[in-house]
Amino acid sequence: MISIKGLTVRFGGVTPLDHMTVDFGEGTNGLIGPNGAGKTTFFNVLSGFVRPAEGSVTVFDEDLFSMPHYRRARWGLRRTFQTEQAIEELTIYENVLMVHEHSSKEVRASRDEDVLGAIKFVGLTASPYAKVASLGAAERRLVEIARAVVGTPRIVLLDEPAAGLPDEETERMGKIIQKIPGEIGALVILVDHDMSLVSACCSKTAVLDFGKLIADGATADVLRDDKVKHAYLGAEAEAAA
Amino acid sequence: MSATAETTAPEAPTTAKGGGGGRSWVPKLTAGERVRALIILGLLAIVLFLLPAILSGYWINVSTDTAIYSVVALGLGVLMGRTGLVSLGQIAVLALAGWVAARLCFATSLPFPVILLLSGLITMVIGTLIGLPALRLQGLYLALITLMLAGAIGVALRTTNFPNGGAGFLGHTESDRGNGTIRRPALAHADTAFFRYTVIVVAIMFLIALLHVRAKPGRAWAAIRQSEPAALAGGVNITLYKLWAFALASFLTGVAGGLLAARSGQLFTLQFPTQDSILLLAAVLMGGIYSFWGAIVAGALMRLLPALLDNWGLPADLLTILFGVGVLQVLLTAPQGIVYQFPRDMARLGRLIGGLFTRARGAPARERAG
Repeated sequence: MISIKGLTVRFGGVTPLDHMTVDFGEGTNGLIGPNGAGKTTFFNVLSGFVRPAEGSVTVFDEDLFSMPHYRRARWGLRRTFQTEQAIEELTIYENVLMVHEHSSKEVRASRDEDVLGAIKFVGLTASPYAKVASLGAAERRLVEIARAVVGTPRIVLLDEPAAGLPDEETERMGKIIQKIPGEIGALVILVDHDMSLVSACCSKTAVLDFGKLIADGATADVLRDDKVKHAYLGAEAEAAA
Repeated sequence: MSATAETTAPEAPTTAKGGGGGRSWVPKLTAGERVRALIILGLLAIVLFLLPAILSGYWINVSTDTAIYSVVALGLGVLMGRTGLVSLGQIAVLALAGWVAARLCFATSLPFPVILLLSGLITMVIGTLIGLPALRLQGLYLALITLMLAGAIGVALRTTNFPNGGAGFLGHTESDRGNGTIRRPALAHADTAFFRYTVIVVAIMFLIALLHVRAKPGRAWAAIRQSEPAALAGGVNITLYKLWAFALASFLTGVAGGLLAARSGQLFTLQFPTQDSILLLAAVLMGGIYSFWGAIVAGALMRLLPALLDNWGLPADLLTILFGVGVLQVLLTAPQGIVYQFPRDMARLGRLIGGLFTRARGAPARERAG
């Protein structure tokens, strides 16, 4: 359970997040909004890359901002990036191991099992000992997901995990995302522009527009909401329709 | 799909053994790595026994210097190649290490290996302090800061000079040629013996660096170099691992400084011009910044090439021009350096020559594409 209260971020005169107040519960939560709505800024605040001007984030009854950013991974906060950040120089195994050894408490005993388990979970068919540099875009995205689910994550933030992937890969990605809450036991927040992916994965969805939360609720209802259509299509398009 | 699954299966148990027993520091070697280790041991044996037999005293000393500078290049490789931290002050760190080792030699009667270790550790502390700005700065700004620090160290050393057996903390005397030379290990007084000693110490330094790169710090460094956000999101303490990289690089350079002090007997500020730090960067780029072999090539470019130019009666300034052309060539055609370029070009040449023979059978279109 993540509880966000009055979260505000200011970059000079710009306010990418404006008093955002929302709760994310168990399972997979969608977070959508037009480009520049503040979705990635929100993830960056949770990761600790961006310091908020105001507001609080409570994760499973703990104050997130009391943890230094590199401790948050150890606590169980994981994420992927909009442009994938699999480490090319390392193998798939080493990529996942890198996160595991820096973010898990009891590493040694179950290390191999955990790392190979995470690779298997995302369904990577390439050898775990292949260099990431030799992989294609879809496989690199899977490496990132494997990094996010290895060990004992509690919250997994997915920032457009299917961006740039062809439809069948997106569908496969959707199936993997759907498995995360049940099999890994982590709360998922999914940011994506692909509405079919969001509706397939998320029972609940929140919508941001210009840093403000404009809708929050069951995904089907949210997608039918007039304010949401307005935000996505713009006033003129709506008038034309 | 099942075919790939089968090929991965035999590999998995090797790593399972390496990681399962709690000895994650030293990964278990695969068959290919064992072959490579044997080849390296063979090369080491050739260097240790064959080179001293065929080289004259002058070239033995040049080889010793080459080995020492390859460790300095290795330190820069750890910083820049592995972690992505620019440093233009490595030669100044080497000079500092030489000062520390000379100071220790004249002030104490400690055995030589202890002096090497101490100069490594003391330089490590100083080098880590120099690395502190790296936590805030990147790229060009970090390069500038390290270059300025190198300049400052150079100025300080020109005023204090290197210890040569004089009195006081600075230990420098202007009396004719000083009061003595920096001692060598008891085992290795002669140039040839000291060459062997140096090669073994250098091999140990490369092994230390290899163990780091293959283990937890190496993975953290690779993540930091490619993407600090990804490293942070993975729980890597970036501050700690950046300082660790500076500490390791400085330790390596510190040991190299100790060896250099003993090799020269006396140290002079002329041996450590500030621009050598920039030449070192050029040499490491040419050799191959991501490779340990590249560090050895860089050592040869720094010390063997000038000796060769000198031997052929060519002016030493030619070196700067050669380095300039070399860096340009490497950056344009092979950013990974000579150690990758050479085998690649040799393979290409082999295919070309092979193509001449198979042309009759209509194969030439293929090697063009490759």
